[in-house]
Formats: sequence, C-alpha cells, structure tokens
Amino acid sequence: MGAHDVVITGLGLVSCLGEGVDAHWRALTAADATPAIDTERYPPYTIHPLPAIDWSLQIPKRGDQRQMETWQRLGTYAAGLALDDAAMKDEAMCASMDMVIAAGGGERDEAVDAMILAASEARPDLGVLLNEKLTTELRPTLFLAQLSNLLAGNISIVHKVTGSSRTFMGEEGSGISAVQTAAARIASGQSDHVLVGGAFETEHPDMLLGYELGGYLHRDTWKPVWQRQGSVGGGLVSASGAGFLVLESRAHAEARGRKPYAVLDKVVAGRSSRKGDLAAEIGKLLESCLPGEHPALCLSAASGAHAATAAEKSALDARGSIAARGFATRTGHLKEAAFPFAVALAAIVVSRRTPYPAFDAASEAAYGGPVDAVLATSVGYHRAEGVALVTADA
Amino acid sequence: MARHTDHLGRPIVAVTGIGIVTSLGVGKTDNWAALTSGKSGIRPISRFPVEHLNTRIAGLVDFLGSSNSGPGALTYELAATAARESLAQAGLDGSGFGGPLFLASPPVELDWSERFALYRSSSEEEGYRRLLAVARGQNHDTFFLNTQFGTIADRLADDFGATGLPVTLSTACASGATAIQLGVEAIRRGECTRALSIGADGSATAEALIRFSLLSALSTHNEEPSKASKPFSKDRDGFVLAEGAAALVLESLESALARGAEVIGVLSGCGEKADDFHRTRSKPDGSPAIAAVRAALADAGASTDRIDYVNAHGTSTPENDKMEHLSLSTVFGERMRKIPISSNKSMIGHTLSAAGAIEAAVSLMTMREGVIPPTINYDVPDPAIELDVVPNVKRSADVGMVLSNSFGFGGQNTCLVMAREPG
Repeated sequence: MGAHDVVITGLGLVSCLGEGVDAHWRALTAADATPAIDTERYPPYTIHPLPAIDWSLQIPKRGDQRQMETWQRLGTYAAGLALDDAAMKDEAMCASMDMVIAAGGGERDEAVDAMILAASEARPDLGVLLNEKLTTELRPTLFLAQLSNLLAGNISIVHKVTGSSRTFMGEEGSGISAVQTAAARIASGQSDHVLVGGAFETEHPDMLLGYELGGYLHRDTWKPVWQRQGSVGGGLVSASGAGFLVLESRAHAEARGRKPYAVLDKVVAGRSSRKGDLAAEIGKLLESCLPGEHPALCLSAASGAHAATAAEKSALDARGSIAARGFATRTGHLKEAAFPFAVALAAIVVSRRTPYPAFDAASEAAYGGPVDAVLATSVGYHRAEGVALVTADA
Repeated sequence: MARHTDHLGRPIVAVTGIGIVTSLGVGKTDNWAALTSGKSGIRPISRFPVEHLNTRIAGLVDFLGSSNSGPGALTYELAATAARESLAQAGLDGSGFGGPLFLASPPVELDWSERFALYRSSSEEEGYRRLLAVARGQNHDTFFLNTQFGTIADRLADDFGATGLPVTLSTACASGATAIQLGVEAIRRGECTRALSIGADGSATAEALIRFSLLSALSTHNEEPSKASKPFSKDRDGFVLAEGAAALVLESLESALARGAEVIGVLSGCGEKADDFHRTRSKPDGSPAIAAVRAALADAGASTDRIDYVNAHGTSTPENDKMEHLSLSTVFGERMRKIPISSNKSMIGHTLSAAGAIEAAVSLMTMREGVIPPTINYDVPDPAIELDVVPNVKRSADVGMVLSNSFGFGGQNTCLVMAREPG
C-alpha cells in the first residue's frame, strides 16, 4: 500500500440496464434476467438500446445538448455520473483533473447520406454530386457533434474538466490503453486524479455497418454471449452504453477523505496476432495479473465475436480457479467503453464483497470464493486484448 | 560523464530520428530546402472535383502511390514513409523497433467511393438498409479495415516491430504534439527506452473540406494558392487544408549515448491545458493557452528567457493568430516583440493531426541548422499583432531552445519545449 496506489473513487455507468452503480448492481444480481433488447429497429440485428435518460440532469444547458449527437451526449452524461459519484464536481478539482477518453466516431447524418446514395444511381459525376449535396445539406455543427475528440471537448465545457484532455481511438483497444495510461500516470506521479472512460451509441445504422463489413454481427435469435458459436452471423450483439472511472492516487483520495471502491492494481495490454494462438496469449495476460491458483471472478467484456470469444473462453476455462462473468449477456457489447465498463463492474463487486451470480447459468460456474481480487478483461472482436486486476482496498 | 536525468530526476528524452512528408515533398532534405526558401506547397485541388466549393486549394500530398486511394490508405503510407526515414536516421531500421508506437491520425470513416461501390452492387432497399444488406452478403475486408480506428497503427506496429498495444489518438489539431508527449511520458516513467511518435494525416477529402468550410475555417484565396496561407497578416482569412506526416524516434538520452546514436535534440518539456469555453473558440482571456505554454516551460524547467524561437501554431485564421499573440504576449511580456516566431503553415498549410509532429520536426531542424524558416505571405502586417514573424525570408540564428504550440478544436492546447543540447 502506497501513496501512489491507483484507487477507483468514482463510477459512471449507463447501459440498457439503467444508469448508475446501484441500478447496475440490482440488475446484475437480480434473479430475473430478461435481456433488454430491441429486435425491431435494425432487423436482422438485435441491439441493446439506451435506457430512458433525462439528459438535463448532467447537461443542464439545452444549447450544450444540441451541440452533441447522442454518442457525445451519452459520454458527457456518464462522465458527469462518475464525477458526482466521486464527489469530484468541484471547480478547482476539475480544473486540475486529467482526462483520457476512448472514442470512436460520431453519427453521420443518415438522411443526407441516403439522399446522396439515392441520387448516385442516376449520376455519373459522383464527385460533383457529393459537393452539390454536402455543401447544401450538411448541418454545419454536425462535424463537431460527431468529431472524435469532441466528447472530451464537451466534458471540458459541461463539467469543467480541464487539466488535460486526450482522446484515444481504436475500438476496444482505445479503452484498454486509456485505462492503462491513466493508471500509469497516477502510479508514476505524473497525475493524481484522472477521468477515464468511453461511450458507444449503437442506435445508428452507420455504427452497425462498421461491424457488419467485417461480418461480426449476430443475426440469429438472441443468445447469451458464450452460446453464440455456430449461430447465424458473427456473434456480436451491439449495445449503447458508457463506462467512466475516476482514478486517484491513494494520497489524493485520502487527503479529501474519500473511501475508494477498490484499487486498480494492474492493467496489462496486448496486440496478439489473431492468426496465432490467441487463447495462449490471453492466458499470459491473465497469469501476469493473477498468477497461480488464486480463485477469482472475472468480469469479461467478451463481445460474442466467434473467434475472439472462443479463445477467451478457452483461456478462462483452462484456469479452473477463475469464474467468468460475461456481462455482454446483459448489456451487449460496448466497444470503446467495454474495458472501462468491465473495470467498473469489477470495482463494484470488490466494494460490495459479494460475487455476482452467473449471468448465464448454463455457461458460467457458480462462485462462492473471495472477491478481494477480481479480474476484468476485454478481448477485442478484431484486435487488442487487455486485462486488469482490481483488488479490495485494505 | 553526461547527465542523463533532467531537473526533476527523470530520464532526459532525446530525439534520434526524424522523418517528414508534406506537400513540399518526401524527406527532411527536400522539405528543409523548400521551407527555408519560402516555397509554398499549396496548389489548386486536382484530386476531386471542385464545383460548388468555396475553397478550391489545398496542400495535398499528391505524389505518393496511395494519394488517390482514400484517407486510410494515404494516412498509412504517409505515416510509414515518415517512420522509415526516422528509423533509418536513428540507425534502428532493419530490426524490431522494440518500443511503443503513438500515432496521431484523423478519425476514420468509410470513404464515399466505398459507400457508392457498396450501394451500386445491389438494387434492393435503400439508404443504410441497402448498405447493411450488401455488407452481410459478402466479404469486405478492405472496407471493414477502413472503418476501424485501430487499423493504421496495427499495420505500422507490424511493419516496424513496435511493442505492446499501439495507441492511436486524436486531440484535433494538437494531435501530433500529443503523440510526442505520450512518448516522452512513457520514457520518463521508465516503461521503455524508446518510443516512436508519429503524426499523419491524409484525410483531405471533399467532405472534410466541406465540413471545415461550413465552419468558415478555410481560406478562400483560390486565385493565388501559394498566397492563401498568411499567418499573422491583417488579411488572413482562414487556414488551408493540408496533408503530411512526421515521425520522431524518442529515446532516453542514456540509451541513445550508450548505443552511439546521434542526438538531434531533446524533448525538454510538454504542457497542456484544456479550454472549457467553446467548441471552436478560445476563452477570450487566452488563459488555457497561457497555462499550456507555462506548463511546458515548467515541465522543461526553463524560464521564459531561455526560449530563442517560437514555432507558432499560426494557422492563418483570424481567431487563432490573435489568441496565440495574446497568449504569448502574456507569458513572455515585452520580450515577445523580439523573439522570432514563424509559422510553417504559411508554406505547408494546416496538416491537422500531423501538424504538431511536423512542426516539432521542423523546430528540431531549426536548432540544428541555425536557420529559422520564414512566415511567408507576410505582406500586410496586422497592427494588432506585434510580432517578429521572420517575414518572408529565412534568418540565420543561434537557436538553443524552441517552444512549439499546438491548439485545436475541442479546447485542445498542447505545447512542447525542445532544446538543441541536453541539460
């Protein structure tokens, strides 16, 4: 235990299960586990939609809300939840707070794109068509409302987090690197409090298209995340949601009298060749976080994508002491937000000292062991792997 | 024995390799010759039609193999080209690089050529429903990879043998500087002895140009393209969209000296501060930019009088140049009138995600060569901006320490302090 220990003092969660720590704890420990899914809007795909959100609770100005598409609004909202949860909405505290955001891109104007595509069938001069339509039909403010680094920009504007602002990109890997970098900065004394997280909004066909060009989306009837091998489609059920963490040095948290949820003990990341033995590489990451036979829960952000999820399952199953909890069964896959979300769920279970039940009793073992050391994993559907070890605050 | 740690006891971070590509050409030699002779790389756009566009000029990199293959392919080639040059100079080519990769690159989207191709391969349904139906019908590996933000860094990591999970980042127009900052911080933490930091941007499509145009950010000085980018001039009317890349091999001084590598310069300090005022405009008092400059100086352990030259963000927009002047005048006081400051963007335009890295590379060359590249097109000085902008003609000068500014949409402010010599 040291002054530079990285402790987790605030969580901001939004998913189809609701918003906030208590709502997620209730939903994830409830006996009834009907998945919150929508099969109507984007057939043949199933998605996990956003819950009802009163945006003004975290983004009071209508003008600010209008400057963001849903993805930025969602991230800004969840960041506010994390800051509130950490009792960090203090002018001086936010002004010196660092920020690392895992971001994708925002939502394109579906109607303008459709109009251009329709017109393209009768036009040979596609370049001129683009100029003609884009100069007249694009909303000027849409660019900023979908620009990757403007989620961080809006968090600065709305919540006044201005110590620093960095946006990482690259699907699940960006969430892994964001948490890893934030933790490393605190552990080395380069920073003493950091807001880190990401958001993904799937209720937009452009977001589904990115996945489906790679054949990753599940098209069969909905199934739990570990049970999709052999189903029609690629196995991934996409979701809207966000996961944010407030990380602090132990000294910083203690100085303001905050009791942490948990300690972020270790974060490791990898970029395995997906042509090689992915299960073995995931195994090495797991071992480097929690070696030996220590019994542990593992909050897995497995996406359901066939190859990656099979490899992760095999790596977890090979360690009989680890009980996996694939939370995408309940929340769907959160892409950039997946890893921060996994770490947040691990922090909750560590702080409550009670394990989550199986999210899929047919695939996940019951667990009655200690919850003083919990793993969080994210194995990207296409690339990037990360594992964190979250431990109880002594 | 040389000292290997800085004023805070951290490893000193040396630069041992530089690579650069801009509209002025490929490589340090060509770029330096053009930059010091006041040559502009801004030209009429020929890559795509310009009908209906208010801005018809840009600083495009039109001479690479993938210049017409879309933003993903071009950004990759720009990054790889700059990286190869930097690694060759550092003497680290040929084997695994053995350090992490930090890539500043533009956000990616499916290119319109790809959207059209998908749409035309079917006549069932309309809009995105058709695109999705086509997507699930067949394999589209190349299109898929172009929608994935991690693709370019993944390829670069494979090409050059970078270790770990590479970081792809965006801090808008400050991205290139942030990539360098991340490398510096990783070396200071002792996680690695070297890091490869790249800023690359090949995303100047018609849609990108139109988006900036709709924000009234671009110069419409179409008649004389080489005159369009005129930082700090009274008649400046916006920036010129451009492409390019720069790569820096960062290395602990100890490691560089131990293997006998040539030390080109030192990354002494990095500073940042976010602005909470507005999505595109700076806080009127300039306090965030001021704080970023001061943070970089403090990180370098340098007082203001150590700075011999400022490599400006200098975009040529009315707003940026005014605010940059205000911020620098606040930090440096009366002395700011005498510190030479120039904008590379007057010649190469605004390379967005690459700009911070390119300008750091040019700053290091400025110190090494003892020559300051000019701010060209400085014909009508703005009386409200009293600066020595090294107008129109290069200047010989003994430059031991440089401040390089990068400011971007979304309240991004990142400043780098670089020195010619360690310690």
